[in-house]
Amino acid sequence: MNILVLLRMVADVVEELEIAADGKSLALESLRMILSESDGHALEEALLLKERYGGQVTVVALDAPEVDDVLFASLAKGADRATKVTGAETGLTSRGMAHIFSQVIATAASLKPADLILTGTQAIDDLDGLVAPLVAHFLRLPFVPIVVQVAVEKSGSMATVVKEYPGGVRGEFEVRLPAVLGIQAAEKPPRYVPVAKVRAAAKAHKIECLPVPSQLEPLFVEVLQMMKPEVAGHAEMLEGPAEKIAGKVCEILAARGLV
Amino acid sequence: MAGNIWVLAEQWRGQVSELTYEVLALGSEVATALGLKLQVVLLGHKVKSLADTLGKADSVLYVDHPALEEPTAETQSSALAQLVKELQPQSVLIPLTNITLGVGTLVSAQLQLPGINFCRDLRVVDGRLQAHCVLYGGKMEVLVTALREPAILGISPGARPAEKGRVAQAPAVEEVTVTLPEAPPVRFKKYIEPEAGGVDITKQDVLVAVGRGIQGQDNMTLAEELAQALGGAVCGSRPVIDQGWLPLARQVGKSGLTVKPKLYLAAGISGAPEHVEGMKNADLIIAVNTDPQAPIFNLAHYGIAGDVLEILPVLTQEVRKTILKKAG
Amino acid sequence: MGSPIAGAQPPVCELTLENLFEFPEGRKVLTCIQCGMCAGTCPHGEVMDYPPRRIIGMLRAGMLEKVFTSDSLLNCVACYACMAKCPRGIQLTEVLLPLVKEQVFLRLPEIPGELHKALENTLRYGNPMGESPRKRTAWVKTVEVPIRILAEDPRPVDVLWFVECQNSYHPRGQDISRATARLFYALGTDFAILGNEEKCAGECARLVGETGLFDTLTDYNVAVFRNYRFNRIVTSGAHAHDAFLYQYRALGFNYPVEHVTPFFARYVDQLKPLLQRKLNYTVTYHDSCCLGRHNGFYEEPRMLLKAIPGIKLVEMPHNRMNAVCCGGGGGGMWLDTYYKAKGYERLSERRVKEAVATGADVLAISCPYEVSRFEDALKVLGYDKRMIVRDVVELLAEAMEV
Repeated sequence: MNILVLLRMVADVVEELEIAADGKSLALESLRMILSESDGHALEEALLLKERYGGQVTVVALDAPEVDDVLFASLAKGADRATKVTGAETGLTSRGMAHIFSQVIATAASLKPADLILTGTQAIDDLDGLVAPLVAHFLRLPFVPIVVQVAVEKSGSMATVVKEYPGGVRGEFEVRLPAVLGIQAAEKPPRYVPVAKVRAAAKAHKIECLPVPSQLEPLFVEVLQMMKPEVAGHAEMLEGPAEKIAGKVCEILAARGLV
Repeated sequence: MAGNIWVLAEQWRGQVSELTYEVLALGSEVATALGLKLQVVLLGHKVKSLADTLGKADSVLYVDHPALEEPTAETQSSALAQLVKELQPQSVLIPLTNITLGVGTLVSAQLQLPGINFCRDLRVVDGRLQAHCVLYGGKMEVLVTALREPAILGISPGARPAEKGRVAQAPAVEEVTVTLPEAPPVRFKKYIEPEAGGVDITKQDVLVAVGRGIQGQDNMTLAEELAQALGGAVCGSRPVIDQGWLPLARQVGKSGLTVKPKLYLAAGISGAPEHVEGMKNADLIIAVNTDPQAPIFNLAHYGIAGDVLEILPVLTQEVRKTILKKAG
Repeated sequence: MGSPIAGAQPPVCELTLENLFEFPEGRKVLTCIQCGMCAGTCPHGEVMDYPPRRIIGMLRAGMLEKVFTSDSLLNCVACYACMAKCPRGIQLTEVLLPLVKEQVFLRLPEIPGELHKALENTLRYGNPMGESPRKRTAWVKTVEVPIRILAEDPRPVDVLWFVECQNSYHPRGQDISRATARLFYALGTDFAILGNEEKCAGECARLVGETGLFDTLTDYNVAVFRNYRFNRIVTSGAHAHDAFLYQYRALGFNYPVEHVTPFFARYVDQLKPLLQRKLNYTVTYHDSCCLGRHNGFYEEPRMLLKAIPGIKLVEMPHNRMNAVCCGGGGGGMWLDTYYKAKGYERLSERRVKEAVATGADVLAISCPYEVSRFEDALKVLGYDKRMIVRDVVELLAEAMEV
């Protein structure tokens, strides 16, 4: 089984996000990038599938601050190869990135053949599209979103995947391979990798660098302005020691017949 | 030629979603502002009667096809794309939930059109649509415009009240046909229902909701005791379910249940949009969080900036005291 | 005064399991007489499959790999109790256990979720809570005394006060930091803090076996320290103290290092006249593992407490060398859920019961982990009305208030 995992770096919201001088983008000084959460699950699912069915896992990412750490950590966790696409402009949208991923996958000999392409089902900055269906469209592959479970048939030509619906309901789908899956959650939480192993991976492996393809996807949307959320109304804060607060809460509840 | 404003009705298992009505309310405003008509696209198999509830629109375009009974993102987007290409609407509004995730993106890619996600509001400025979108888990907002028309707009919950999208009268229904592949590469097989038995949190008057702030499985008893004291049940946000501290049936939010209790006590929940989506219509929301800047306080009616591990037991004690005093 | 139970030299950093016997500390391990004092004194002794005695037995039998593939060593809270009691004076917690735990950690198929998050956060944000490094000094503006931040004002300074993670981010830790700042100020100490550049010293990561994380943090901290000129480091972190004194020292980092408690104890004569307010508390002092058993600072905190007017000191049965760990060391701070799932009694609850039994109304501590752990235990056991937890510096600062 040959599995590609597409990894994206997104703004780390643990840090305060600030608006740049142009008023339409994030200020770079206070920005730190982190692996998109569901991409981490996509990697974990790929590693679990490799453990189950054998084969190879290749992680692919666009060059970005701190991406090397993510790639080496992926190798330390069990990925076989790491590829980085360099030279892309900053401020790419999800659609632009998906286009780059697709072109690279379609043309790079080192990334073929892929039976499964996994990536996170959604990222926090997917303003103009989701990467998984876009890649599926560009590569003319089938696609299933919000996947939480994957089973591959012995023949390797079909997979049964489980998608999450509202209300705790799940749906089982059969999908012809090769396919693109948007992973919501891996079957196990993403594994920890000791720092010593990441350091060792950084020494033992080289990240393959591929140049960004020349043909770029045009922009379809324009950001006019970026704003911090307006606090539309705010809770009335109850203050004081815990006992006093509890007393006030009970008054509020009593007034509504809840106690 | 001015097209119409389209809303894709989100229907699943014989029901039109609440969010569809919110989007209808929004679409109606936009249509009026642009002097256009509002149409709903209803995709499914033998669900024509659902069109009756969509009277906020001027008309319904109904597509009946067996492949749309249990739809995949591909069949939905293929059907919608064919209609968009043929009938050329001005904009397409799609309610964003797990049912439709991916559809908007696929349609925008197939037709080389702009796609805009996470829209919380749409405004008409100088005759053009501007989308107000929420990104980064609610931490930043953007005003966006499409560089081409029609734009495929993914609408998040909270844009308009659902009541504004419901009307008594039924709309005109026009049946339209699409061509869908015989042997699609993605085939629906079956549903897996959540474990039966246990509490139905959607029917509870009181919910004590726990988030990451509960910190560990063994602190769950604090929430359970409070819920018990109030005669309600415990539910949780996704991280708590992911950790296995609560079963799936207790999950509130985007991939969980939507609840509308009389009291929603959010304990250690930050208030990320995915969770808020599932509980924002609760009658009374009281939130406890150590971070006074937590987004939940923008939604809650009352807030306590404190540690749930400290507040919950004290609250439980006080509730019990109050109830016993009433009884005595 | 304080006399460490450690050997005359700090442990050599280049000590590994392969070259163990080329060093005297390593050869000492083989002098074990299998008496079992270590297992008997271990606070998790009933559940420890591989107490030091057994580890050494397996080492002698050439079966260490079996120890490495057991997860039992996650039960070790690195409290130095076994090392303190070993009649052979083998440096168990200092030499043997970290080497073994490192191998265990590398082989664990998965690690408990809370510990996972704490370690990831420490690597990424420099603190186990996962808070932004830019908020590390947010507490500074909440205290009225001026606090110099070296990143903003890099002039040479006498004392570099290494605040530590809990005392920077946790609300109770911030109380302790405010009290500490007031004491420094009252003494006229020339002190400064690193500011947002400060990152976890990583000692607990090291003691759970994540030596790679410790090394990464050490590289970073040493580089930051080199940017500034100071005479000594005084830290609120008992574990940080050990990291700087033992591990960093072995890398050639030779600054005098003190924990705030023995530091303030040296100035008790200057402090006494400032302690005007009578605090009518009966206090029992919990000896922290690092300060106490590991470094021998038993009398210093007691001296400070006795200097406060109105304080009556009572001792728990297990005091000084026999103190029972709060359970926070060696990764234990993030393994409560894991231990609970295995049915262990919380060490912090065990200790709090002993404290409450003394009849004291204040449990005094001096390690940052202890305040939240003991306050939590008091709440869980329902004793939180009978007893409060205060750091020694908090009591001193309270006595200074007019």
